Amino acid sequence: MNRPSTLRRILTTDLPVLLIVLFAMAPFAWMVLTSLTPTAALNATGVSVSPSGWSLDNYARLLQQTSFLGNMLDSLIIACGTVVLGLAVAVTAAYAFSRFRFAGRKLLMLQFLLINMFPIVLLILPLFVLMRKAGILDTHFGLILANATVAIPFAVWMLTSYVGAIPKSLDEAAMIDGCSRLSALRRVVLPLTMPGIISTGIYIFITAWNEYLYALTLGGKNVRPVTVAIQTLIGEYQIEWGLLAAGAVVGAMPATILFLLVQRRLIGGLTQGAVKG
Amino acid sequence: MMPYMLLAPAVLVTLFIVFFPMVQAVYTSFYDLILWKPNASRFVGFGNYVKLFADPVFWTALGNTAIWIGLTVPLQMGLGLLTALLLNREFPWRGLARALIIIPWALPSVVIALMWRWIYDPNTGVLNDVLLYLSVVQSAVPWLADPDLALYAIIATLTWQGFPFFAVMILAGLQGIPRSHYEAASIDGASAWRQFVHITLPGIAPVLATAGLLRVIWVANSMDVIFVMTGGGPGYATHTLPLYAFVRARQNLDFGYGTTIAVTFTILLGTIVAVYLARTMREVER
Repeated sequence: MNRPSTLRRILTTDLPVLLIVLFAMAPFAWMVLTSLTPTAALNATGVSVSPSGWSLDNYARLLQQTSFLGNMLDSLIIACGTVVLGLAVAVTAAYAFSRFRFAGRKLLMLQFLLINMFPIVLLILPLFVLMRKAGILDTHFGLILANATVAIPFAVWMLTSYVGAIPKSLDEAAMIDGCSRLSALRRVVLPLTMPGIISTGIYIFITAWNEYLYALTLGGKNVRPVTVAIQTLIGEYQIEWGLLAAGAVVGAMPATILFLLVQRRLIGGLTQGAVKG
Repeated sequence: MMPYMLLAPAVLVTLFIVFFPMVQAVYTSFYDLILWKPNASRFVGFGNYVKLFADPVFWTALGNTAIWIGLTVPLQMGLGLLTALLLNREFPWRGLARALIIIPWALPSVVIALMWRWIYDPNTGVLNDVLLYLSVVQSAVPWLADPDLALYAIIATLTWQGFPFFAVMILAGLQGIPRSHYEAASIDGASAWRQFVHITLPGIAPVLATAGLLRVIWVANSMDVIFVMTGGGPGYATHTLPLYAFVRARQNLDFGYGTTIAVTFTILLGTIVAVYLARTMREVER
């Protein structure tokens, strides 16, 4: 076999990949450029592509004139709450699925897969009615519960495959040495599954942070996550694209950075677990 | 008893926040319920469903949903396959390219929707600027305000959002195909195209099927991007079924009829979900 020359590799591989990378990044890059262009310049001459026309004016306005930081805090509370709730109930469930064979196991696994497929619109309307009756509309708790409808089945499936990858002989050995089931879970399985638990938790965080429809419907004046807040930056009479772009960049930042940090491990788990993306 | 106790928290919470609301939804769909006048609520049996089948907007939304799924998923898959094949080759900045390509996947859908609205903007949007500059179009195109174009403009956005998912899944599939197959084929004189058809495609077929089914379900359900980009308009041009259910319940607080649409949509989607579940559970068996 003759080695393809470097030039040929650049033409057939590097260049097409570069085009796709540009396609993937261009819209967000354009958003960043928009956010750096002051509104007056944006209306007069359009988006500034050269650094000389850039300023942090839109970001300053975002932080000073809007409640954006408060909205970030709302999102943070909701996303963290969802991670804690989702992981707490999913860890033991995943252990049960991967270590025991019991009546109804298949059926229960199926039900967790099934609820992952439910249209959000089917749940959002009755959840609104029920939460209104329970008086938890427009609270962090309500939105954590709503996000858990997605997070719990996802976490159960991911963690079942992670726990399943750890040899049974390890917890059996621990039990022979005198550990109970639960302490074998806590001392042997949990530490070994920790990387999987962390990446599942991060994925739940990203999904809950990015969630929009529940936030819009079940949130309100008191609790307004960033995804909803970004949309309210659209002015009343005309759209303020500069301010909006700044909000979008700041709002998207936490989830995007987390995603890039853990992408390799996440993708390994996602392709194994074949769950919702 | 042990496994049941370990499962109890997860099962109880999901019973409470998923199954109970779902039953409530089916129950509500048999009622004429406008949320701001709960006392006028009355049982209508299958009345809402009869009304639904006579509702022209329902049929428009059903048609749009079919176009929406039928175009978005193949486009995402095609672009994802191309990307995965390229990323499977050897080149120096492969890791970086792989990380950058998944950016659309990480962004919140509301940001994606607003971003593309800005790009599509008829007066100041960059897409029209570029197309006018290249003389592809003669005058600015109102992408999202033209009823014949709006749905396809949103499909383009969703294709952009979803192709990284396919690229990553297919790439994992490609890396599972043993190199020796290709070496044997090229010794036998098989062309690159024949190698693709006889080795690559069969090798990634299971991944394509799983990822494709998963994506059909996901794309069918996703309405947040449409909701923020057009809200279903102009007219009913970008209404899909879940969006119609949501808009109907939200604007008119017509929860009886809204949940009827949602339940009907869920039943239709159920056939695809059933195929996916059967496949996945077969794999769990092994």
